[in-house]
Amino acid sequence: MLIRALKSREMILALAIAILIGLIAMQFPGFIAPDNLADAFNDTSPLIILALGQMIVILTRCIDLSVAANLALTGMLVAMINTQFPALPIPVLITIAIAAGTVMGAINGLLTWKLDIPPIVVTLGTMTIYRGLIFLLSEGQWINAHEMSDSFKALPRHEFLSLPLLSWIAIAITLAFIVLVARTPLGRAFYAVGGNPNAAVYAGIDVGRTQFLAFTLCGALAGLTGYLWVSRYAVAYVDIAGGFELDVVAACVIGGISIAGGVGTVIGAFLGAIFLGVIKNALPVIGISPFAQLAISGAAIIIAVAFNARSSRRKGRLILKHEEAVG
Amino acid sequence: MKLLKKVLVTAAVTALMTTTAQAETKRIALVVKALGIGFFEAAAKGGEEAAGEIGDVELIYTGPTDTTAEGQIEVINSLIAQKVDAIAVSANDQDALVPALKKAMQRGIKVISWDSGVAADGRMLHLNPSSNALIGNMIVKLAADHLPDGGDVAVLSASATATNQNIWIEEMNKVTDQYNGINVVATVYGDDLADKSYREAEGLMKSHADLKAIIAPTSVGIVAAAQAVSDAGKAGEINVTGLGLPSEMAGHIESGASKSFAIWNPIDLGYSAVMLANSLIDGIEAAPGAEIPMGRMGTLTLDDNSEGAMADPFVYDASNIDDFKDIF
Repeated sequence: MLIRALKSREMILALAIAILIGLIAMQFPGFIAPDNLADAFNDTSPLIILALGQMIVILTRCIDLSVAANLALTGMLVAMINTQFPALPIPVLITIAIAAGTVMGAINGLLTWKLDIPPIVVTLGTMTIYRGLIFLLSEGQWINAHEMSDSFKALPRHEFLSLPLLSWIAIAITLAFIVLVARTPLGRAFYAVGGNPNAAVYAGIDVGRTQFLAFTLCGALAGLTGYLWVSRYAVAYVDIAGGFELDVVAACVIGGISIAGGVGTVIGAFLGAIFLGVIKNALPVIGISPFAQLAISGAAIIIAVAFNARSSRRKGRLILKHEEAVG
Repeated sequence: MKLLKKVLVTAAVTALMTTTAQAETKRIALVVKALGIGFFEAAAKGGEEAAGEIGDVELIYTGPTDTTAEGQIEVINSLIAQKVDAIAVSANDQDALVPALKKAMQRGIKVISWDSGVAADGRMLHLNPSSNALIGNMIVKLAADHLPDGGDVAVLSASATATNQNIWIEEMNKVTDQYNGINVVATVYGDDLADKSYREAEGLMKSHADLKAIIAPTSVGIVAAAQAVSDAGKAGEINVTGLGLPSEMAGHIESGASKSFAIWNPIDLGYSAVMLANSLIDGIEAAPGAEIPMGRMGTLTLDDNSEGAMADPFVYDASNIDDFKDIF
């Protein structure tokens, strides 16, 4: 049992992160100071939240490339509402952010479910549409720090037990996802749909509806992150989080979420995001050329994925087996 | 008699042709690094102003949605297909755009670059917002003004391949010795992404404990660095300066994270670019030594490399930010 646990992908990834942090500390000892690690974790929190949303989408054999655009559009929306109505309480704005994100996720889900368009095509399209909408909404203008209300910017920075609220939100969502995935019928359905859609139908699971729900949940999280992102960096413009959807997918893949669907764990996605976050936060402080930085983050992703591909030859946790295997 | 008639008809036809040629609207394309950046939106306003002043000019404000050379090449190719009269471009890459722009010039389109330049054979003239030497000097002077005893400063740039950033930093390094005790400890790249710039600024504060100032000659970088300094509780301790827009920096001047910064007026820059393009369409030759009119901004004198400087950068601080923050 212990040996199996040690051999699990999550454990190996956790070890890889520990080794990585060790190597960085040899170059820059200040990196392992608790304050700095907390900073790095806080910085990685948006990636964690988005990676969890992306994880359930990937589990159902789909992919959501529109998460960063969804985030940017929601962020712009709440920033604009905040500048127009500074008195509006922040919980209302967060509700609006989640609602807007949910709607955008649901659009992805509906197009995939009802029109049967491949998810990569749907979300590639909506990604561009959402980015375009930001431009139409803002007319290319920036929303700047001094235009946002103080309470709008303060929320993710609010400290509780010496960690900012942004970090706590990421932790809370991770815990909620562990329960969702392991203990609810919907969570099990995500695996079943991705593991074997045909068998899932026989088990009474509506494949399209499950995928729709995965997209919707992913959209809701992207919406929430939209508010958090804009308030944290105190600026909203068309290009925020440009290309971030690729980081999110990379975090999932590093975390051992199989692109073929049906395989992956919440802890895996969480650690995958942490792994990328550590690299992103360490590169600026260890003083290497910006060109080498790009190559290093790329190499790290490929090594992690190659490693995963090797270890995933062992069959993952398919809870509904292939017909051939059964009979 | 017959001859006279012939002459008269020819004259009338020629007159008619010239008037129609003049009445036809000139189409000038203002191509920016990416759409949705405040600085370029302001430049477009200036371009519209110039177009309005000239009268028979239709301004096409365009650019890719992200700051890539590939995106700009696509935009330029489509402008060639539309047969515009002039292209004024702020380039994402000095060399990559040259073939596409050469093709445009072969089709008779007047090509100028402004803000961020294109290599000499890819354009007829280049409009520098200010002279590179003046900007390089200005950004280090802004930091030095608040550090009478000197200290460590670091540079936060956009991407490592950005033409204008690299030239300004080079010019800055040439004159840094003249400022007592100013020591440039690092140059990092935030790629004009808010999150990466923020992280790079955090990294600078961590790896250089005695850092006194961050110089960011980019409007995305300076805002992100100022936010990172505020969040680290070091506003007033580390001065963020460089090139930024008043509307984007107003909050950070107020919080004390930035004491002052500089920028030329992007409205004037867009205005001048369109005026210059119009002058070229009207047949003025762009050759070294030429003086080309640009409306209310006077004339642009070209150097041996067919480049010219518009004006000195202007310094914004707590005393004048409120006058400008609503303009651009």
